[in-house]
Amino acid sequence: MVSRAEKKAVKKAKRANESRARKWTRRSFIGAGAVAGIGVGGALMVGIAIRPGDRTDELAKFVTEGQEQLITTWVKIAPDNTVTAIIPHGEMGQGVHTALSAMLAEEMEADWDAMDIMEAPAEKDFANFELGREFLTGGANIPSPLFDTVNGLMLTAAKSMDLQITGGSTSVRFTGVAAMLTAGAAARELLLEAAAQQWDVPLGELRAEKSYIYHGDKKAPFAEFAEVAATLKPNLQPKLKKRSDYKLLGQSLPRVDIPAKVDGTAMFGIDAQVEGIKYGTVMAAPVHGQKIAKLDSKDAKAMPGVIGVYNMSDYVAVVAEGYWQAKQALDMVEVEWTVSGTENVNEESIFAQYAQSLDGGKKKVLHKAGNVTKGLKSAASVYEAEYRVPYLAHACMEPMNATAWVRDGKCDLWTGTQNPLGTRMVTAETLGMDPENVTVHTAFMGGGFGRRATPDYTNQAVMVAKKAGVPVKLIWSREESTQQDHYRPSVLGRFKAGLDEDGMPISWESDFVHKMDPPEASAVFYDIPNVRAQYADSPTHIRLGPWRSVDHTQHGYFTESFIDELAVNAGIDGYEYRRKLLKNKPRHLKVLDTAAKMAEWGKALPAGQAQGISICESFMTIVAEVVTIDMSQGEPRVLHVACAADAGLAVNPDGFEAQMESGIIYGLTAALYGEISIEDGAVEQSNFHDYQPMRMNDAPEIDVKIISSDAPIGGAGEPGTPPIAPAVANAVFKATGKRIRQLPLSKHEFGAAT
Amino acid sequence: MVQLTVNGKAQKIDIDPETPVLWVVREQLGLVGTKFGCGASLCGACTVHIDGEPVRSCVTPLSEAEGKDVTTIEGIAAPDGTLHAVQEAWIKHQVPQCGYCQSGQIMSAVALLKENANPSDEDIDSAMSGNVCRCGMYTRIKAAIKTAAKGA
Repeated sequence: MVSRAEKKAVKKAKRANESRARKWTRRSFIGAGAVAGIGVGGALMVGIAIRPGDRTDELAKFVTEGQEQLITTWVKIAPDNTVTAIIPHGEMGQGVHTALSAMLAEEMEADWDAMDIMEAPAEKDFANFELGREFLTGGANIPSPLFDTVNGLMLTAAKSMDLQITGGSTSVRFTGVAAMLTAGAAARELLLEAAAQQWDVPLGELRAEKSYIYHGDKKAPFAEFAEVAATLKPNLQPKLKKRSDYKLLGQSLPRVDIPAKVDGTAMFGIDAQVEGIKYGTVMAAPVHGQKIAKLDSKDAKAMPGVIGVYNMSDYVAVVAEGYWQAKQALDMVEVEWTVSGTENVNEESIFAQYAQSLDGGKKKVLHKAGNVTKGLKSAASVYEAEYRVPYLAHACMEPMNATAWVRDGKCDLWTGTQNPLGTRMVTAETLGMDPENVTVHTAFMGGGFGRRATPDYTNQAVMVAKKAGVPVKLIWSREESTQQDHYRPSVLGRFKAGLDEDGMPISWESDFVHKMDPPEASAVFYDIPNVRAQYADSPTHIRLGPWRSVDHTQHGYFTESFIDELAVNAGIDGYEYRRKLLKNKPRHLKVLDTAAKMAEWGKALPAGQAQGISICESFMTIVAEVVTIDMSQGEPRVLHVACAADAGLAVNPDGFEAQMESGIIYGLTAALYGEISIEDGAVEQSNFHDYQPMRMNDAPEIDVKIISSDAPIGGAGEPGTPPIAPAVANAVFKATGKRIRQLPLSKHEFGAAT
Repeated sequence: MVQLTVNGKAQKIDIDPETPVLWVVREQLGLVGTKFGCGASLCGACTVHIDGEPVRSCVTPLSEAEGKDVTTIEGIAAPDGTLHAVQEAWIKHQVPQCGYCQSGQIMSAVALLKENANPSDEDIDSAMSGNVCRCGMYTRIKAAIKTAAKGA
């Protein structure tokens, strides 16, 4: 039976779905302007924003100038007392709509069961400022006194950056903490103040609970005070609750987006319904950077249902009555591509180039502590290792797609995107329109993982729709989605440690190619006095992009493999070795100990089985994983993963656990089989047969334990991914004695273990 | 003109009978709950039932469905809207993340339970391993199938 809470979630989701459905119209949502005021339908609207240049408080301020709202979240109260949270992040399965609206409800004392949730439209007022700051400052924890300086720097950049990105696990830890909690508290204070005026009673005698205001036995809904509240000046620094007083946060709430995802009614980008719609598909140059030299579309044009075949310079597009017809016709097109000079690039040449860049190229120092040269001199011994990881595609279940309609100087775009506002700006630029004439209708994403932050596929839809003169739903085939991705970089990393007599590191050097984000990914949290991490740029023609946990995937694997090698070299158990290096890091230690305990680290295992351990910190969340593998069939089979995580507070614990499970399977897929390889300048893989996803029959059991601490709230969507590859590689070493310095594991041959 | 029944409703479709059932239900009939994933029977996102059997609609030509009963994700709840036991279990275990593969997962699970009311772990693995979930919710899918089996 479905419980009452779940039934409520169904109802809530239906409402959310209706508001989503409403958004598929072109009706503009709200204008910029007053921060508290009466909005559409007589509702009270409260906005909260972080504004550049704030000098007194690092969190949030109400602002009065619309232009200065860089991170903005809104809450509105309708006359029927429904409280609607308007959320500036896309839903791609990470449960962000649920988590963020719960944060708002918590501080507002809103009735969770009578709340609506709406995704913010791609309007400047809803742009996401914190993410921009993170990009610029490298995700460092900025001390509060420096905030105004950093924000000042941000001002110029942010205005041109147009950020509304769902990525970097920022939704809860930034938008949630900085905006949702504050907006909720401010709204509650406004309502209480309005009630005090209307009822003529002292403010201190009032309380808010479940969307009602109480004075003794007397009660009235929030909506009754909305009009007066809208005329009051909001408190700039509302009083926030203590974590110990939370009622909703820290509870597992049924996710509001789930009911629509079990009955086929959830609307993804690919499901957009537009009158008169036609369907398109494309083929871009297999070697990135090539252009069309010669296009023979005679046969394709003669195919039934074909409306047009277009030379789009770096890709061919077909528009037809249906997707299948378009695809059949595209297969008939004959294209000669220009020579780009990268047709001989292959795996070997790419890694040779990386080695050259590290050997002789100019390197930029990213992290520095002590003096590695001196550290190395005083070392009793030196240990070195070199690691490689391949390119990776995102392989979102929903192939890239967007629906565009360009007419009368305006453009409507329907798509699932991690970056609605950026998409709007890029679309406007592409079409030579004012952004005001571009409307982006967002939808659920069938997976994002970083891929849907890059608006290349939307741009194609817009251009093709413009050319065809009709609304076009442009869908990439799976092959196109695999071969025209923006990949997790392939990386070469070189590590050198200076060791004392006991084999403990006193200096640590890492040199690597490709630095994306966040910069702290290559930092080590272990207690090592002399550290230097530096990188060389070594660009190829292969397009790169953020991939779940970004640089943490490769650096987690490098660092945690190297530490394991150092432990083996010192003759110390890997878990104990890490403990020694974390003795001054109580949070890390607790996470590590918890995972070890969960998996009964060191217990006797059946023949062929072994355990591996690792610990990573990413996006302010610390995660340790212990895997148990079976090598008896000559290849690693992961049986069990014990995962312990400290994110400060897991806002929605069940959702957090689901994110860990998901991050682990995603990372495990990459560790075991993930590889995009380059031959003759082009990507070799094309579909799920040669770019294999993990399937149920290979999926391990996963146990997750959440550790609460008083640390700031960390991310959930990504931190589960980095520790899994090194944990498996370390287990493989233990089982076979073979150290895996190159992923994926499927590249290696193993004899049966004993 | 191809005649078939979709979710209990008779349909006449005037299109090339080679067109895969996936695109017919999505584009001709507007039933967009069935998803396009790979176009090559590799991921299961497009799973529908034809005469009760799970098939990958992305590689099944319309001609093969002629005169048959096609059921999509929109057609498995009771006519009064009561969810199928599998759908209820999916909510109970909070299975979906992005949700894109879930129509196919649910169609495969419904077919499995119809054949085998009490599947073992191995039965579930073998029936479900054709359905990819990139969000990796396999543990939850398995648990939900067991819950649905108990409730059925």
